[in-house]
Amino acid sequence: MKTIKIILIGILLVVLTAQCAPPAQTQPPTTGETQAPLFFGAFATPIEEPWDGVIHEALQKAANEGKIRYEYTDDIGYAGDMERVLREVAEKQKPAAIFGDAFGNEEAVRRVAKDYPEIAFVFGSGLGPAEPNVAVFDNWIHEPAYLCGLIAGGVTKTNVIGVVGGYPVPEVNRIVNAFIDGVKEVNPDAKVLVTFINSWFDPAAAKEAALAQVDAGADVLFAERFGVIDAAVEKGLLAFGNMSDQYELGPGHVLTGPVWNMTPTVEYVIKQVEGGTFTAQDLKDFSMVGKGGAYLAPFHGMESKIPENILALVKQRDEEIKGGLFRVDIKEEPPAPTN
Amino acid sequence: MEVFIVNLIAATFRVSTPIVLAAIGETYSERAGILNLGIEGIMYFGAFVGFLIADKSGSLWVGLLFAILAGVLFGLLMGFFTVTLGVNQHVSGLGITLLLSGLTLFMFRLFYGGRSTPPSIPSFQVIKVLPDNPILGPILSQYWLTYVTFLVIVPLAWWILYRTNFGLKIRSVGENPEAVDAAGVSVPAIRYAALGIGGGLMAAGGAFLSLFQLGAFTHGIISGRGWVAIAIVIFGNWQPIRVMLGGLIFGGTFALQLRLQAMGLQLPVPYETFLALPYIVTIIALVIAGRNASYPAALLKPYRRE
Repeated sequence: MKTIKIILIGILLVVLTAQCAPPAQTQPPTTGETQAPLFFGAFATPIEEPWDGVIHEALQKAANEGKIRYEYTDDIGYAGDMERVLREVAEKQKPAAIFGDAFGNEEAVRRVAKDYPEIAFVFGSGLGPAEPNVAVFDNWIHEPAYLCGLIAGGVTKTNVIGVVGGYPVPEVNRIVNAFIDGVKEVNPDAKVLVTFINSWFDPAAAKEAALAQVDAGADVLFAERFGVIDAAVEKGLLAFGNMSDQYELGPGHVLTGPVWNMTPTVEYVIKQVEGGTFTAQDLKDFSMVGKGGAYLAPFHGMESKIPENILALVKQRDEEIKGGLFRVDIKEEPPAPTN
Repeated sequence: MEVFIVNLIAATFRVSTPIVLAAIGETYSERAGILNLGIEGIMYFGAFVGFLIADKSGSLWVGLLFAILAGVLFGLLMGFFTVTLGVNQHVSGLGITLLLSGLTLFMFRLFYGGRSTPPSIPSFQVIKVLPDNPILGPILSQYWLTYVTFLVIVPLAWWILYRTNFGLKIRSVGENPEAVDAAGVSVPAIRYAALGIGGGLMAAGGAFLSLFQLGAFTHGIISGRGWVAIAIVIFGNWQPIRVMLGGLIFGGTFALQLRLQAMGLQLPVPYETFLALPYIVTIIALVIAGRNASYPAALLKPYRRE
């Protein structure tokens, strides 16, 4: 009797948690005519994670404009569920395109894509495109990160600048190295402290890391991760956001920050899918400044805190990058401590 | 160097606070014979409920109160599974953590869905006791809950467990529930009480992150601090003062590694070495202390009258 009870409770718990725990959630089609193509989002993390959030936002925007129908599943994780989710979606919903992030799930995505050549697979990936139907993108916001570096080098008074990042993966290294290049261009004497917290989401640790940098003399902070801006607010310092416009996290403290915008990528894929011309390719250009996929967040009146000559230089470089006259170096090796 | 050490000590207390709170909560539970693996989920839920209620009511105090109440509630739910139904403690604990992880994210979307930045509110500010003293000034510039944790909650836990009749009953149901029952004391009532207190402290630890340190809520805010607390309870041999020391050792090495990274030293070792430091120290401490570990004898055993 007791054993049966234990087993029953065990089953109940499993069912209960299975119902509630995976916050994977499918949204009914929001708007749009029935003939709009169905796009599906398959995200490894919850959409609250800024990286996947950017992709989700761009797809949602296209759906709101009636260009596509959009459904998504998030928090799929890295434990082997990606392949199952993709196969189910491909079999049942038969979307025209599936967007997502393949980091940590590269093989699974490519395996499924091979079996469904009629579906466009568009994934954030560290690898190249795969024929016939896997197109890849990534976040390439090193150009605005370089502009932030110019500003940081101009506004620091202690000549020490702090950067707190998640992991030293190529995408983060590109941003941090470009930021350091910017700092060094206007202020060769400045020292840039770089700390990694080895987590994409631990704002308390990120804040502690930033406070440690402040104790070491930093008076300007680059917040690759959430939590750092809190440290800047608490200590009355200036900071840069990352990935989205994060001014509201620290009004009066957040100067600007590199912003990633996936809309150009999504729009391009919609056109390709509708025209039947979708090809496996690297969509990286659509996530860079030239095509509007990356830009510097609005200043929200914080220009007043930036020296005029620096502001002029930033605007000049911004124009040059847009016009293809200036190239920000892409460096993917982990940033070395700079003195 | 002096400034470095002073700031390090200040950070140590700040970083240790949520872990010590949760670990003291776990100590109450395990002393009564229940391993509560719901700790990570209860901290997460506490962080969210505290933030949500503080945001909606406009009062951080009300938020903290509701966080603690939510923690008590899920501590009692753990009691329902393990005391009343007598099911496996590992399964029910992990079940509660999974349930609360999902429930928290679900509720977060319900109230704060569709944002590109986490919601934030003005948090509790630090209280400076001796602002002008060069050494004690920075160290005694902490959140009020940090003072309360180290000056009230930890000593109180010691006093309750070792100097009160109630504490004696908690320790007894964790060692020999048959004897307690024979003495005419209700074993379930004591275990429920210990789990309720424990859940409240765990939730307070979670709320420390959202209402004090950050004034914001994001998913992943707990990031395994609950699991660290479980290890620290074993290290502390189920004694509140030693548990606190364990929390301080972990918090101290964590704060130290961030400072070593921030010094920008050109060292021949990768930065991961620093990141691993708190865990390596905890494991070494566990190995040393674990030799003399004396588990509560009735831990993991449901009590049934013969």
